[in-house]
Amino acid sequence: MAPAFSVFEGYLVAYRRTWRSSVFASFLLPLLFVVGFGLSVGGYVDARGSLGSVRYLDYIVPGLLASNAMQMGYAESAYPVMGRFQWLGSYHAMAATPLRIVDILAGDLLFVVFRVLTSTAVFLAVASALGGVHSAWAVLVPFACVLLALAFATPGAAFTASIERDSHFALVQRFLVVPLSLFSGVFFPIAALPVALRFLAYASPLWHAVQLCRAATLPGFGLTPLAAAGHAGYLALWVGVGFWLALARFRHRLTR
Amino acid sequence: MHARGLVKRFGSFTAVAGIDVDVRAGEAFGFLGPNGAGKSSTMRMIGCVSTPTGGTLRVLGMDSRREGVAIRARLGVCPQQDTLDPELTVRENLVTYARYFGISRAVARERAAELLDFVQLTERADSKVEPLSGGMKRRLTIARALVNEPQIVLLDEPTTGLDPQARHLVWERLFRLKMQGVTLVLTTHYMDEAEQLCDRLVVMDGGRIAAEGSPRELIERYSTREVVELRFGTEPLEDRAAKLAPLGERVEVLPDRILVYADDGDATAAAVHRLGVTPASVLVRRSGLEDVFLHLTGRSLVD
Repeated sequence: MAPAFSVFEGYLVAYRRTWRSSVFASFLLPLLFVVGFGLSVGGYVDARGSLGSVRYLDYIVPGLLASNAMQMGYAESAYPVMGRFQWLGSYHAMAATPLRIVDILAGDLLFVVFRVLTSTAVFLAVASALGGVHSAWAVLVPFACVLLALAFATPGAAFTASIERDSHFALVQRFLVVPLSLFSGVFFPIAALPVALRFLAYASPLWHAVQLCRAATLPGFGLTPLAAAGHAGYLALWVGVGFWLALARFRHRLTR
Repeated sequence: MHARGLVKRFGSFTAVAGIDVDVRAGEAFGFLGPNGAGKSSTMRMIGCVSTPTGGTLRVLGMDSRREGVAIRARLGVCPQQDTLDPELTVRENLVTYARYFGISRAVARERAAELLDFVQLTERADSKVEPLSGGMKRRLTIARALVNEPQIVLLDEPTTGLDPQARHLVWERLFRLKMQGVTLVLTTHYMDEAEQLCDRLVVMDGGRIAAEGSPRELIERYSTREVVELRFGTEPLEDRAAKLAPLGERVEVLPDRILVYADDGDATAAAVHRLGVTPASVLVRRSGLEDVFLHLTGRSLVD
């Protein structure tokens, strides 16, 4: 594990300089969503009582936490990974040292874990200051978010390692990331979706993470241990398969 | 370093077509050849990054396929393209890279300071990488390759793209390394670089080794002592070359000039005039590796 940590350490040294510019996308923007949707749309929803006694703001906080983690997992595996392959050649430099391909990939993912843990923790703290968190189980939210972020970062890295041009990223964003964040139970229950779309939501890792996060922050949405394990297991499956794919693609690209 | 029948194929394309090479400890060894000759593929195999398709390759007594991690720990690699991290300072680039070798932070900082001194970048230690000149970046990349105190340093075209002054500075540092007993393995398509730095070299062409020896041996074996270069402005060269053929051991026609190979250049130049051929300019020079390459492959090295 030590070699992977040396890769992670390198990213931290660089991040010390660039973290300020990441604050907006990874923290302020989701917070704007909470306030914007929670208060404006929430006004209508709460007036109709569609969610029973649950405030709309409280409903979307766990959803936005998860959706933010997904975006971050995907974003970290898109341009930064392409840059290290093509524009900066950092991976090629690393491959010439005793680091193995698995160390390089693991070092990248450690950085994703770090980013998601820190920004989720801050987001969570602010959300609870706004009165949006109602259970001590919320301390588990960052872990669910990490699992989700890795479920996107690992296949994302495999994808980035397989393409040559960054124009593909816009397509993935438009046809995968945005629809997923709209139809995975972040803003409204998926019961409101037509049946066909509902099955898409079941397949979406985001929906499973939203279920976990919502259970952890809102008592009324609790899960049985078996259901919680099922959601976490599904996310872990994505991480496992994604890691295996990414490793194969990295190896192919760096050792040919 | 010991290679026998080393092959690298990418699909149906053969980059390295079975080469035998031995590099002894402490020598400066060069792979000379044009772009696409298979030099970089060979270097990537020696660097235990790319796996050979066929043949055997032992580096520092170890098998390159099975002991890549242990070999890479004792190699320094200076790639053709700079792969420095632009978000880090000059010093941080060295320290971060040293950490990949499992070197402690304290030792890494110490080495970084020594190496910055060695490549004359101490004053820029805390500057970002981006504003550095090409020559400075190249020297930093060389310093980075030395951070693990390697026994072999692999340099892929160490001075390509640098201006003459920057090149000389790099050569001088590499020469110092050689004096310290570090084995240098480099690729180049510059003759002067090979002549300056290499004790021994192989000429590669189309994935094969065309010749092997010291620069001097190669010139003696494959060229004459001197060369007369004749330029004729824009006039066609072919029929003139035919007329000149009897004057030298060999005559080569390049797009812009005719080369006449002879041991006594001045005498040959005089003979050209006696034939009634009047070139726009005449240059008599000693043979170099460029001429060896031209003879071996029928093509010039840098197009």
